[in-house]
Amino acid sequence: MTHLDMPATLQLVVAAFLLIGALVALIGSWGLAKLPDFYTRLHGPTKASTLGVGCTLIGSLLFFSHQQDGVSVQEALVTIFLFATAPVSAHMLGKAALRRRLKGVPGTRNMPDR
Amino acid sequence: MTPPLRSRQFWLPHPLFSLFLTLLWLLMVNDLSVAHALLGLALGVAIPLVTHAFWPEEAKIRRPLPLLRYLGVLLVDILRSNLVVALRILRPARQLRPGFFTYPLALEDDFAITLLASTISLTPGTVSLHYDNEANTLLIHALHLEDEAEAIATIRTRYEQPLEEIFR
Repeated sequence: MTHLDMPATLQLVVAAFLLIGALVALIGSWGLAKLPDFYTRLHGPTKASTLGVGCTLIGSLLFFSHQQDGVSVQEALVTIFLFATAPVSAHMLGKAALRRRLKGVPGTRNMPDR
Repeated sequence: MTPPLRSRQFWLPHPLFSLFLTLLWLLMVNDLSVAHALLGLALGVAIPLVTHAFWPEEAKIRRPLPLLRYLGVLLVDILRSNLVVALRILRPARQLRPGFFTYPLALEDDFAITLLASTISLTPGTVSLHYDNEANTLLIHALHLEDEAEAIATIRTRYEQPLEEIFR
């Protein structure tokens, strides 16, 4: 293992963020695989993955801000772009599904009949 | 439609957006040198100029302070929504009660509606699917819909009213 010139507490914090991020992203992907229909699956990528990537980015931000001079701000930009684009793609996917009249899981309330 | 060639309207149609693009460029290259500031400024002027034709009418942010508060609320709600959705995913699918509901919009401004729709998609258990231009409604899918009226009321007080305040 390469030697890291970094305080142990900071290493722990970075590791914690990376682990939480990975766990949340895993749950999101799990949801994508197991949720019953297209519309419920949409919820995985818009939510769980944003927090998953967010946590990973905070870990990265802390790590690189320590390793390099000054604060690393590119991660913040990635987060902003992600939050701006994820809802739009979910909206377009959902719209396409509605157009194609994809069926919701039985028991879905107020299923649009268009 | 096109403003005269020598006016500010032509060269700087969206001054705030130009500033935003310049800052964005500086943050992206992670380098605060004069050269990059100039390049950023050039981009900040060029991009709005070229894309001007595609812009909808400009939304005016009337009050910046409520906007900041709104962003704060949004951040907390994104965290909450992640937990809520993660729990729903881990529980058995039989317990899910997914459903659609129509949300009657009070907002009129395109940009504000876009913000609201994005907010709905990022916050607990809801994704906006369709915007009906004529009826001015949003079709929303909820991962777990218990009380339609309550869901609508939450969106109204938590997100739409602050947005109205910002863009009024």
